[in-house]
Amino acid sequence: MRIAPQASEIINRDKSVTFTFEGKKYNGFEGDTITSALLANGVKILGRSFKYHRPRSVSSFANHDMNVIVDDVSGQYFIPNIRADVTKVKDGMKLKAVNTFGGVEKDKASILGRFSKFLPVGFYYKAFHTKALFPMWEKMFRTMTGLGNVDFKTPKIKTSKDYGFCDCLVVGAGVSGLSAALAAAENGLDVVLIDENPQIGGSINYTNIPNDLIERAKAANIRIFTDCYAAGYYADNWVALVHKTHMTKMRAKTLIVASGAFEQPPVFRNNDLPNIMLAGAFLRLLKLYSVKTINDAVFLVANDYGYEAAKTAIDYGINIKAIVDLRSGDELPLLNDFIAKNIPIYSGSCIYEAESGKDKNVIGVKIHEFNDGLAGALKAEIACDGVVMATGFAPALNLLYQANTKMRFDDARSQFIPDVLPNSVFSCGKLNGNYTYETRAIDGEIAGINAVNFVKNSKIKLPKSLPETQKPNHPWAIVEHEKGKTFVDFDEDLQLKDFKNAVQEGFDNIELLKRYTTNGMGPSQGKHSNMNGLRVLARLTNKTPFEVGTTTARPFYHPVPMKHLGGRGFSPNRVTPLHSRHGDLNAIFMLAGNWQRPEYYARVGVTRQNAINAEVMAVHENVGIIDVGTLGKLEVIGPDAAEFLERVYISKYKGLKTGMARYGVACDETGVVVDDGIIARLAEDHFYFTTTTSGAATIYRELSRLNMIWGLDCGIVNHTGSFGAINLAGPNSKKILGKFTDLDLDDFPFMGYREAFVAGVKCRIIRAGFVGELGYEIHAPALEVHKVWDAFINDGATPFGVEAQRVLRLQKGHIIIGQDTDGLSTPYNAGVDWAVRMDKPFFIGQRSLKIINSKPQKQVLAGFVLPKDYEGAPPQECHLIIHEGEIAGRITSITKSPKLGQIIGLCHIKPELAQIGHEIKIRFSDGTFVAANIAQTPFYDPENLNQKGVA
Amino acid sequence: MPWRLLRFGLSKKHPEPRMFDAPDALKSSYDVVIIGGGGHGLACAYYLARDFGITNVCVLEKGYIGGGNTGRNTTIIRSNYLTPEGAQFYDKSLELWKDLSTEFDLNLFYSNRGHFTLAHTDAAMRTSRWRAEVNKHYGIDSEVVGPDFVKKHAPMINLQCGHHPIMGALYHAPGSVARHDAVAWGYGRGANMRGVEIHQRTEVLGIDTKGGKVCGVKTNKGYIETTKVLSATAGSTPRILKMLDIDTPIFIHPLQAMVSEPLKPWLDTILVSGSLHIYISQSSRGELVMGASLDPYEVHSTRSTLDFPEGLSAQMLDMFPFLSEVKVMRQWAGMADMTPDFAPIMGKTRIDGFYLDAGWGTYGFKATPISGKTMAYTIANDKPHELITAFSSERFKNYELTGEKGAASVGH
Ligand SMILES: Cc1cc2nc3c(=O)[nH]c(=O)nc-3n(C[C@H](O)[C@H](O)[C@H](O)COP(=O)(O)OP(=O)(O)OC[C@H]3O[C@@H](n4cnc5c(N)ncnc54)[C@H](O)[C@@H]3O)c2cc1C
Repeated sequence: MRIAPQASEIINRDKSVTFTFEGKKYNGFEGDTITSALLANGVKILGRSFKYHRPRSVSSFANHDMNVIVDDVSGQYFIPNIRADVTKVKDGMKLKAVNTFGGVEKDKASILGRFSKFLPVGFYYKAFHTKALFPMWEKMFRTMTGLGNVDFKTPKIKTSKDYGFCDCLVVGAGVSGLSAALAAAENGLDVVLIDENPQIGGSINYTNIPNDLIERAKAANIRIFTDCYAAGYYADNWVALVHKTHMTKMRAKTLIVASGAFEQPPVFRNNDLPNIMLAGAFLRLLKLYSVKTINDAVFLVANDYGYEAAKTAIDYGINIKAIVDLRSGDELPLLNDFIAKNIPIYSGSCIYEAESGKDKNVIGVKIHEFNDGLAGALKAEIACDGVVMATGFAPALNLLYQANTKMRFDDARSQFIPDVLPNSVFSCGKLNGNYTYETRAIDGEIAGINAVNFVKNSKIKLPKSLPETQKPNHPWAIVEHEKGKTFVDFDEDLQLKDFKNAVQEGFDNIELLKRYTTNGMGPSQGKHSNMNGLRVLARLTNKTPFEVGTTTARPFYHPVPMKHLGGRGFSPNRVTPLHSRHGDLNAIFMLAGNWQRPEYYARVGVTRQNAINAEVMAVHENVGIIDVGTLGKLEVIGPDAAEFLERVYISKYKGLKTGMARYGVACDETGVVVDDGIIARLAEDHFYFTTTTSGAATIYRELSRLNMIWGLDCGIVNHTGSFGAINLAGPNSKKILGKFTDLDLDDFPFMGYREAFVAGVKCRIIRAGFVGELGYEIHAPALEVHKVWDAFINDGATPFGVEAQRVLRLQKGHIIIGQDTDGLSTPYNAGVDWAVRMDKPFFIGQRSLKIINSKPQKQVLAGFVLPKDYEGAPPQECHLIIHEGEIAGRITSITKSPKLGQIIGLCHIKPELAQIGHEIKIRFSDGTFVAANIAQTPFYDPENLNQKGVA
Repeated sequence: MPWRLLRFGLSKKHPEPRMFDAPDALKSSYDVVIIGGGGHGLACAYYLARDFGITNVCVLEKGYIGGGNTGRNTTIIRSNYLTPEGAQFYDKSLELWKDLSTEFDLNLFYSNRGHFTLAHTDAAMRTSRWRAEVNKHYGIDSEVVGPDFVKKHAPMINLQCGHHPIMGALYHAPGSVARHDAVAWGYGRGANMRGVEIHQRTEVLGIDTKGGKVCGVKTNKGYIETTKVLSATAGSTPRILKMLDIDTPIFIHPLQAMVSEPLKPWLDTILVSGSLHIYISQSSRGELVMGASLDPYEVHSTRSTLDFPEGLSAQMLDMFPFLSEVKVMRQWAGMADMTPDFAPIMGKTRIDGFYLDAGWGTYGFKATPISGKTMAYTIANDKPHELITAFSSERFKNYELTGEKGAASVGH
């Protein structure tokens, strides 16, 4: 129920919000979380548990209430797995509890609770695996597990990322974090302070510590991010900060982790009933949201914090029926205040079990003696409508683990504490075992000054740390009950006996135990269960917690939405400088790597095939142009440029004359062909060369790497993006080029290189041809290449696309790296053995190729043709060649040549089957065969007369 | 509810014994010492005992069983490989997988989901066809399908995929997933039941040889005499081989993965996209299990990087835009032992009695049963099993690689 307005509340009573939960309408206030609003309305059951579908409600109210998860189905698309305890309620929300069968009130699956005896730990490993029935069972399991639903209508949401830098990142704005941030900022550091809550201050906001830290932090020169959590720590203080709207990637010179501690639930029978909650939840609901769910309370405590909470309860007029303290004797604090108020205090006692009433809410507890971690005789049965628990914490060490911090177990504090921190990373506050205000404040200051000294290399004296007197963490707040329902992990509904049984089955180290029981594998990732799991294992195996050790804490601290991770999503889409020209010419585009390339140019009333054929014929008969701007374009300059190329490519370049070009093939160390291109010599110390489209980025990277390793006197420049390129080809290419350039084309031999103005643009021209006709490859600056293109197009050159080029090059038997080669192809099985020059001291792959060449090849590249009169559908690339029932090779390229009127192709095949004229059998996907004959390549113009311009 | 669960409700005490013993101390000698208590090491121990009656065997595991890549992988099981050697080898593994739950009497959640390798370029379509044709030749169920077929099996997919429209796919109906940890436990229990000792937290520190033959193993728990040692240590292989000065072209690259919060089932199939470098399946717990290709550099560490979930999410949202609001819960990494040709290194070595099962990189989980079986044969007979002769380390010297990269680089 909502109580009267109070100063500490963070709700705005002037703005009410209306929302529905499980179909019923409720009102809340702006600032309410979903949980606080529902509780204010008196709703008792907020969710159902994962395995037994038990009614559950608030527990931590701190982002680990994994049984109170809802889907919001109000919008255009619904949003899954919303954490109700920390998500602000919004007007118009339509909320549904996840993972119920028939709603939260009457969840039909709650019947499973009654069968829990039959469903012991790992029960699903022990049955359901009959082969025939498993699929059915699996379906059932899949339906039962899983929390929220995804909505296929959700659009792709892009959020942009911030890149942040700071001297000091402080994670957690509680007492120690604030003190640390202030100390660092006051000494001149650029400080970023973050907290996952909507306001800074941590427990200051809901406990009674008079101080001015919040005001001072707000006034100081500190960048404060609230509603922001550090999701993960990565190498070199690279921290992912997740806001509601986006992610900041923060590079911090120093990191101070002040993330406090998670309150840990004590374990007893029915410790999961609605209205049994941790003290922090109780306090925050009261103080920040003015929500009171308990009138008659039992407090289960083992530290001062619990008594603080009890005092607050009294202030709020809550009737305390009993305080149960696990401790006894001199471990107890002064209790005069409570005794004076006649509040019964049961020390050395535990809650043995809680009972629920009709509305499933807790209605009473049984208090037993508690000695040596075991429950003794019954002391009292007490009726109540709520239980508040404060028996200990587990430090939030997640980020520190990710930063490779070595921990030790502090027996006095009964918690892990950072022992050896990476330099530039500091911890303070509860992480270091400090729980009183003063110790936390000083500890924060120390961390802040440490950060300053690290960043400024200064020697500012550290304040003296104060000894911590509190022992807030009970080493064993765990009470066994023979009837079970003693919950350790609420995400996964794991009970104490599950741990015992798992250990009995041999899962007796912490990692195996986690994996077998699934402890800590749910959405809260063990924030409330790992420590108890560890204590249980330690006790069962007679080890210390330190010996047991922890499991690895991996990112993320809290889950991160994929929209923030994906960010704006850089999925590259590359177009050449001539892209719009192709569009104007009705190009049909295809994807080549990340590039959009014209596959062919559509013509009205003409089929795709005929359009392609027409493009092919235009090149053969007149002149065509193709945009080859996607080729990698590199330059190497310097006295060692030739030497560099000699080492990378398998042919020789030292002797290449200036003004000439040569084909180049590059291999890796194992002799496998990785790329090819044309290398032109511009000057003694200056080469310009192309790489394949797909290889451009990798080759540039690899060449840069090699250049660094070899330390040769040359540099590499990548022009791939800054140059466009066109291939002008066909018997009339010389004529048309001549119209637009002053270059003496008669003095321009095959494989020559020239620089000249074409259509007013300074170009680099190589007289080469991939397509088998007289041709010129013209490279021009990206911003101007369109002028060259336009000139030729306007003069009647026919644009041709990738498909026509494939036909043309195949007629010439030219290979495409990656298509006619694969991950094992050397020059010897790719038909480019002629390019290998062993008579030079070194090139990459040379040693391997020498050895490979001394052995018989298993596969060679060969041409083949189908009979001219073959009418059927052609086989496809990668159909297999079968010989005597075994795989003898495969087709790598195939096409029907309009010029030759025949289906031609290249294949990889066993050398003994590769004699010209030999008949091969190609198998279609459906198992039928077609015969073909090995043929000489090039299929067209074998003497290269056209290309050389002799024809 | 299956009747087998009744006994749990009826007996007062939990009626289950230990799955595996925790022996106090090592014996002074064993017939075979297996280094590495991952799936592979345990499977080999199991088959040594079951098929060859060799039971004086110990498995030494420096951490806990299954704690290496076995417990980190994304559990894709398939046999649609590219090379004849690979396809036949993995297909035998699939045959074993199918009966494993029954054989162990342990539910491994071996779940047949169907496996799609999506093709977004015609180069990828070509490779798909190549794999399909090779697979069919060896009786493996693979075929090239069009976008419509993909859409039918994964109706929610965005075929446009950002700038990379899906042109088709290689569909491999037998593709499956399984519960990885349980595989280690099943083999461990089976081996232990037959007399094999499993020593956890026992690290091998050195291997002794005499005259080119193995004679003993040094561990942090004492010395063992033995004449046969198997290394099945995946990401730690180079460290073991260094003890013997054996050179292999194995490089360690991190391989990362991540899971989402649990969701109600919506994805039945396993989807891999080579062009986007991503893959995804949904576990029986409802988590989306997502991965990508290797980190591009050599690092001997299991640290996570931030760019991994960033890049993977960006690509995943191209394929499934509606996952925008789904949250990633956890990320992790394993050390993948990579070979140049993406095929394993298995068999004998130049040191007598030292056997190697390594180079499992990003794809060794599916091979667990068959590698165990063939390595057991190899050790028992001191002769490589015929299924693994193509995987000998000699192949690098002889330039007879088993080029599996095209089928193994993204789709583990
Ligand atoms: C993220 C990721 C995803 C993957 N996805 C898939 C997939 O989908 N499908 C697939 O088939 N494969 C996949 N793999 C690959 C697969 O996980 C591995 O190839 C396989 O699990 C290897 O098994 P193993 O038993 O050889 O090695 P491991 O399971 O790594 O076992 C080796 C063991 O050796 C121990 N060890 C090392 N050194 C020593 C020593 N000196 N003394 C004692 N013990 C030692 C280690 O502690 C470890 O437990 C993936 C891998 C990763 C990392």
